[in-house]
Amino acid sequence: MKMEPISTGGAAVSSIAFSVLTALLEARTGQQLASYRSWRVDTALKPLIRERGLDTLDQLVAQLLDGNDAAIGDRIVDALVNQETSFFRDGPIFDQALEVLAACERRRPRVWSAGCSTGQEPLSLAMAIADRSAGGLPPVDIIATDVSDAAIQRAKSGKFTQFEVQRGLPIRQLMKWFDGGDASEWFAKPELVRMIQWRRHNLVAEAALSGGFDLILCRNVMLYLSPATRVAVYAGLAKALKPGGVLVLGAGETVIGQSDALEPSRRWRGFYERVA
Amino acid sequence: MKTCLVVDDSKVIRKVARHILETLQFEVREACDGREALEACQAATPDVVLLDWNMPVMNGMDFLRALRESGMTQKPKVVFCTTENGMGHIRAAIEAGADEYVMKPFDRDTLESKLQIVGLV
Repeated sequence: MKMEPISTGGAAVSSIAFSVLTALLEARTGQQLASYRSWRVDTALKPLIRERGLDTLDQLVAQLLDGNDAAIGDRIVDALVNQETSFFRDGPIFDQALEVLAACERRRPRVWSAGCSTGQEPLSLAMAIADRSAGGLPPVDIIATDVSDAAIQRAKSGKFTQFEVQRGLPIRQLMKWFDGGDASEWFAKPELVRMIQWRRHNLVAEAALSGGFDLILCRNVMLYLSPATRVAVYAGLAKALKPGGVLVLGAGETVIGQSDALEPSRRWRGFYERVA
Repeated sequence: MKTCLVVDDSKVIRKVARHILETLQFEVREACDGREALEACQAATPDVVLLDWNMPVMNGMDFLRALRESGMTQKPKVVFCTTENGMGHIRAAIEAGADEYVMKPFDRDTLESKLQIVGLV
């Protein structure tokens, strides 16, 4: 069978390998990968190819299709899933999220950071909450989930590179909440990491978490999902919110036309609320 | 247009920083050490100084102290940009009045992020 190459700007990914890998990614996570981003497949999987003593992506795909190694699919998905994130990304969102929590009637508001990647979003929120707790903000339960077990394990470790702690994190927050700097590695303090319950959870394949959340952050997740998958995930998130609970999406994402259970918030600009 | 004074004894670092800052719409001036930087600030106060630590003639920390003690009515933001990446140096810089701190090596995202934090992007 002839495998047409897809240009990656340098190496080439065969069309069959690309199809197999993107189908695996979508089946496991709902994330779609357009063919113009095929360079990402090659770049993301190079370390795994090397680790397994292989030479090409096609050989890795052959190992996957052999079915002799149950872990290989997980490793491929962990490598391919988009984990772009940074501390205090879209900063003003955190100020408004604190206002949402301050307005909660519940004594201990519940927050879900859905699709938290390597943890920068929930850690940013935990820092912001801790800094505001002296100002009367109540303690908050934060649950952070991601489809990638590798991402969750990294988040739990609290370990970040020098580049990661310099994206969005004010230096005074680094001084207050992190240790290290040797060998360019920084560690979030255990008391910060412990403010968050970390779990692996698949938004697409599993039922949404239950518990009547006051606030859900699910940012820059939906844009990688197909329209049909998005509708289903929005339904799950709406169900996970308490009536009047607030959903925060990424810039450029919207529920409009995709959910009747969520509507633009009148109180919190750019946020959505579960219809009572 | 905002102005940034890049203070570093390395020509390569000044060139890299200039390139990034110009893409962020900054007008860039350069100085090779703290003394030159102080003179440049007295001649025309920039919005921000991107400041190396270890330099000949006058180092970054001495420049920062001199700047803070100077009678200049308008003082620029100061962002250290150095290979001194330990917590001790960071703490000393912030206590001396630095606004932000970039650990070398840096890239565009890092610089943009730090300038956002000090309110200049």
